[in-house]
Amino acid sequence: MRMTFKAGLVLAAMALAGCAGPAVTVPTVPDAGFSGGAGSDLAGTGAETIYAGTLPGTSISDTVLFTVDQSSLNPRAISVLDQQIGWLASNAGVTVRIEGHADERGTRDYNFQLGSARASAVRNYLVSRGVSDGRISVTTYGRERPVAACASESCWAQNRRAVTVVVSGAGA
Amino acid sequence: MVNRLRRNMLLTVPAAMLAGPLAAYAQAPLRIEITDGVIEPMPFAAPVFVADAASADLAARITQVMVDDLTGSGLFREIPRNAHIGQVTNFDAPVRFSDWSAINAQALVTGAVSASGDRVQVRFRLWDVFGQTPLGEGIQFEGSAASWRRLAHKVADAVYARLTGETGYFDSRVAYVAESGPKTTRRKQIAVMDYDGANARTLTDGGSLVVSPRISPDGRRILYTSYEQGTPRLFMVDAASGQRQAVSGVGNMSFGPRFSRDGSQAIYSETEGSGSNVYIIDMGSGSRRRLTDTSSIDTAPDFSPDGSQVVFESDRGGTQQLYVMSAAGGDARRISFGDGRYATPVWSPRGDLIAFTKIVGGRFHVGAMRVDGSNERLLTASYIDEGPTWAPNGRVLMFFRETPGVDGGPQLFSVDITGRNLRRVPTGGFASDPSWSGLLS
Repeated sequence: MRMTFKAGLVLAAMALAGCAGPAVTVPTVPDAGFSGGAGSDLAGTGAETIYAGTLPGTSISDTVLFTVDQSSLNPRAISVLDQQIGWLASNAGVTVRIEGHADERGTRDYNFQLGSARASAVRNYLVSRGVSDGRISVTTYGRERPVAACASESCWAQNRRAVTVVVSGAGA
Repeated sequence: MVNRLRRNMLLTVPAAMLAGPLAAYAQAPLRIEITDGVIEPMPFAAPVFVADAASADLAARITQVMVDDLTGSGLFREIPRNAHIGQVTNFDAPVRFSDWSAINAQALVTGAVSASGDRVQVRFRLWDVFGQTPLGEGIQFEGSAASWRRLAHKVADAVYARLTGETGYFDSRVAYVAESGPKTTRRKQIAVMDYDGANARTLTDGGSLVVSPRISPDGRRILYTSYEQGTPRLFMVDAASGQRQAVSGVGNMSFGPRFSRDGSQAIYSETEGSGSNVYIIDMGSGSRRRLTDTSSIDTAPDFSPDGSQVVFESDRGGTQQLYVMSAAGGDARRISFGDGRYATPVWSPRGDLIAFTKIVGGRFHVGAMRVDGSNERLLTASYIDEGPTWAPNGRVLMFFRETPGVDGGPQLFSVDITGRNLRRVPTGGFASDPSWSGLLS
């Protein structure tokens, strides 16, 4: 069968909408020692606001961010996770679920796995620092639950995240 | 549903017509070649099918659905009724070909509709106007009054098949995700509709996040991934009753199912550690077997039409690429080698092509390549063009196109495999993840 294809026949207009969304908190995350990755993405946009929450009764961020298409933990993420680990150590009855997410610049199927890989990276780090594996479950939302909806890096960077959600045992 | 016209319906058909192929005629048969890149749509005329007064409205609707099918394919152009010279008021009266050749109709579809009680009968004949001959036998379809659209689609499928030499795709269904609400908390429901957007209905209530519905070839069952039990895992819903159940035997994080052609098996991926692997599950017994065993992301698998091979995407080589391997196991061979990332491969029902999503240069494309990876062609481009699914005849792809930003959302489109005839598929609201059934029986 002979076929003639034409590439790029359809060029949809890319209207870049402005960012909007509920800025929940502004956790303080140290930039010191960080190089490359998500930090530089954020720096380029001047975004200081991360659409994230905190662990109950603390100012510790529940969210770590990732570089495009990566699931490895950068120094800033490790700093946040070290704070989470300290809190988990003093709240031994708490169980958590790590929810991995991705930005919308990958396919749905792939992003589910990428989100899962990010959640796994967080769990593995927590376990490596002494948090009991039995206190941690993981899941993925892929690109299905963005916290920021604009079509630019400032939003995509915030959606490439893993969130530590307290399932039970907090406030007891 | 299909009956040959009774013998007395065929009295006007030459004996040779009944016996042999069209090639028996000295004149070349009327035929539109759809394998070439440039196509001039074939002009045809379709007077409103003959009916008595009680069925006139139904006949008009059936004729219109049939016409919309044919023109929607991009291969045919209807000559409007106000240009018609002749009229067809008796299905069995001889056709005055000069009335139709005068308006340059190459093909003429005549039909008749009758209804009794809940039953509807539709008869039609197809004519080669300039050859002044019938194209094939007259056919009668019968169904319930509620299935009148299917009767129209079946007529269109028969006309399409006779004029193209390929099977049609109009009497088919599409499963998809109906989306509503803000982007950050998007509500998603499994839905199913006719291929043209008619008869849409939702099958889940939107209380749980659902994605990736995949319809069985017979259109009766839909596999999908749901968060109903907390983690994303496979469910199945009956398209008629809406009854749903978790698929037993699969893991708690299972994605991207697709049925085998006979519906007896499904192929999907399961998350394991920081990667995922491809599994095949027997739908009857619930027993599964692992097909890939890597620490990379292997996902979005599909069967070849004969079930002997599978295609999937994997980042085992560093970026998302397409791989083909035997459904019995063994090594996988990479088939995509261009720039960018390749995803969501789907094997053509004809077996000749694999369609895919490609991300390159910050844009998403739907494309197709031969099964050995050669002759890659990109058919579309936008912010997000994703998730192609094949029409039953392998000539058309449906996919979703998502617009960017806070108010952006996905809609369904179809395009033929030459990259022409891009069309929006009407859905009530945002829609994504289309999955096209086979031709219904």
